[in-house]
Amino acid sequence: MSLPAVLNARWIGWLGFAAALLAPFVIATPYAMSIMTSAAVFVMLATGLNIVVGYCGLLDLGYAAFFAVGAYTAGIMSTRLDLPLLATVPAVVLVTAGAGVLIGLPTLRLRSDYLAIVTLGFGEIIRVTAGNLDFTGGPSGIYGIPGLAVGGLDLSDPVVFYYAVVVVVSVAVVGAARLSSSRLGRAWRFIREDEDAAEACGIDTYRTKLAAYVAGAVWGGLAGVLFAAQLSAISPASFTFLQSVLVLVAVVLGGQGVSRGVVVGAVFIALGPELLRDVADYQYAAFGVLLIVIMILRPRGLWPGRAGLGRRDA
Amino acid sequence: MLEIDQVRLSFGGVHALDGVSLTLGPAEVWSMVGPNGAGKTALFNCVTGFARPQQGAIRFHGSDLVGLRPSAIVARGVARTFQHLRLFGELSVLENVRAGTHRGTGQHVLDALLHTRRFRRSERDSTVEAERWLDFVGLHADRGRAAGTLSYGNRRMVEIARALACRPRLLLLDEPAAGLNHSEKGALADLIARIRDLGTAVLLIEHDMSLVMDISDQVVVLNFGRRIAQGTPEDVSQDPVVVEAYLGRERDDETDGEPGA
Ligand SMILES: Nc1ncnc2c1ncn2[C@@H]1O[C@H](COP(=O)(O)OP(=O)(O)OP(=O)(O)O)[C@@H](O)[C@H]1O
Ligand SMILES: [Mg+2]
Repeated sequence: MSLPAVLNARWIGWLGFAAALLAPFVIATPYAMSIMTSAAVFVMLATGLNIVVGYCGLLDLGYAAFFAVGAYTAGIMSTRLDLPLLATVPAVVLVTAGAGVLIGLPTLRLRSDYLAIVTLGFGEIIRVTAGNLDFTGGPSGIYGIPGLAVGGLDLSDPVVFYYAVVVVVSVAVVGAARLSSSRLGRAWRFIREDEDAAEACGIDTYRTKLAAYVAGAVWGGLAGVLFAAQLSAISPASFTFLQSVLVLVAVVLGGQGVSRGVVVGAVFIALGPELLRDVADYQYAAFGVLLIVIMILRPRGLWPGRAGLGRRDA
Repeated sequence: MLEIDQVRLSFGGVHALDGVSLTLGPAEVWSMVGPNGAGKTALFNCVTGFARPQQGAIRFHGSDLVGLRPSAIVARGVARTFQHLRLFGELSVLENVRAGTHRGTGQHVLDALLHTRRFRRSERDSTVEAERWLDFVGLHADRGRAAGTLSYGNRRMVEIARALACRPRLLLLDEPAAGLNHSEKGALADLIARIRDLGTAVLLIEHDMSLVMDISDQVVVLNFGRRIAQGTPEDVSQDPVVVEAYLGRERDDETDGEPGA
């Protein structure tokens, strides 16, 4: 089998899942667990943004906004209403889906460069608003968010929580990949390739693009819930433009639209700086250089696409 | 079936269409001819929702098409191809044609997420349907290949298959023979006859007069955004107004080559 065929085989996904499950057996210090959990949440973010940017070809420079909306919705509801975190999930889905529609509707007619500006503005508006309102806790944000618990079962032990996050994120990754290979996912690809031609095939491109925004928003919002559960405190500083850019870099690095490539891209972005700790002061500079080299060597991303499904799809 | 009534479309000072009227009956082959810039493509764009006429009405089976999105017009049974091919070049031939089956594929998002039996059935049906239309247009090349890598003639066939997969009652073909060789043109003439036999009316824009004479039930002649003649191929070819319009500006088919691949 050729390398692309191997990399696109089904069992590679299971292999990745197994690796995530085995990681705590290699190293399980509190610090390592926290880094690994953050990486898993970051995978979920990248998977969500991949729906918008990779599958549908819509540029989004403010994706952290949905992450923030999800985290804040969960944080506010659980602290003010004394709800367990899990009980906030339906509301998070509704609110983030609404946020997706909010950003989607006015941008449906826009082409990519304008889209970039609008989404960037949206990201900043959400962050600045969260920092200025009383009920979002202003600049200091929300703290005392309860840990994750299912039924009476407390999942807040770092290793247990890590496993819970891996399971949720895996379901999210598989869900996104399944969407990608469905009728809706094909419609997203057609829009990415040629919006007019898609419309000429009877695809309602407005509704379909809106669906991409909503799906991306929900994925980002749910990642926000995990984030809030992990840190128990959130503030506007966690949802910066830099965060949006990092998620976008993970998507581009992994190969836009290639679900499993994006997972690898996200893990790489999340863990890369940690692995480069040895070069201490130059950690981020070295990481930047590494990213540039990768993009020069593999301009379409790390992962080879599946033949015929479009070189960018698998 | 299709009624075009006094349609006017201008770009700044240019009248692409200057009060065109036309009525098409069902299941016939119509050809639209006319010199470059006559407004043929502009008329297609108006009918399919890609351009909005400033004046006039377009009705299909009694319902007004003006102001509808192109996808809504496809839903009413009008599909088209483009003068300058608009395939999804990086996607496979099969995926391209499956785009046409989009509306016919009933599939709920939850079915897709849970991979229910209903999901798998609808996926299979849409693949079979797409394969069927590829067979219909006689394209037997590797269907897993990226569409952009096919020969020009085969890409034209993929685009027609994709439009047919929308199951239109009226199919608009914008210069389907452009860039085809002699034998491909013969196959195209045969294909158009078979499309009509399905009960689908065909309106095509064509510069190759021998092809037009060969396949059309009716011919419309456009010039300067106006309809200057209409009738059977014989009538039109003898119409002095048409001869006049074409005199000295007969299109040189050789320069027709490969418009924007
Ligand atoms: N988007 C546009 N903007 C400005 N002018 C346009 C536009 N589309 C068409 N036109 C003008 O409208 C007129 C009709 O163009 P149209 O494309 O319909 O011609 P056509 O009959 O299809 O010619 P051809 O045989 O070359 O394809 C031309 O003068 C063209 O320049
Ligand atoms: Mg034209």
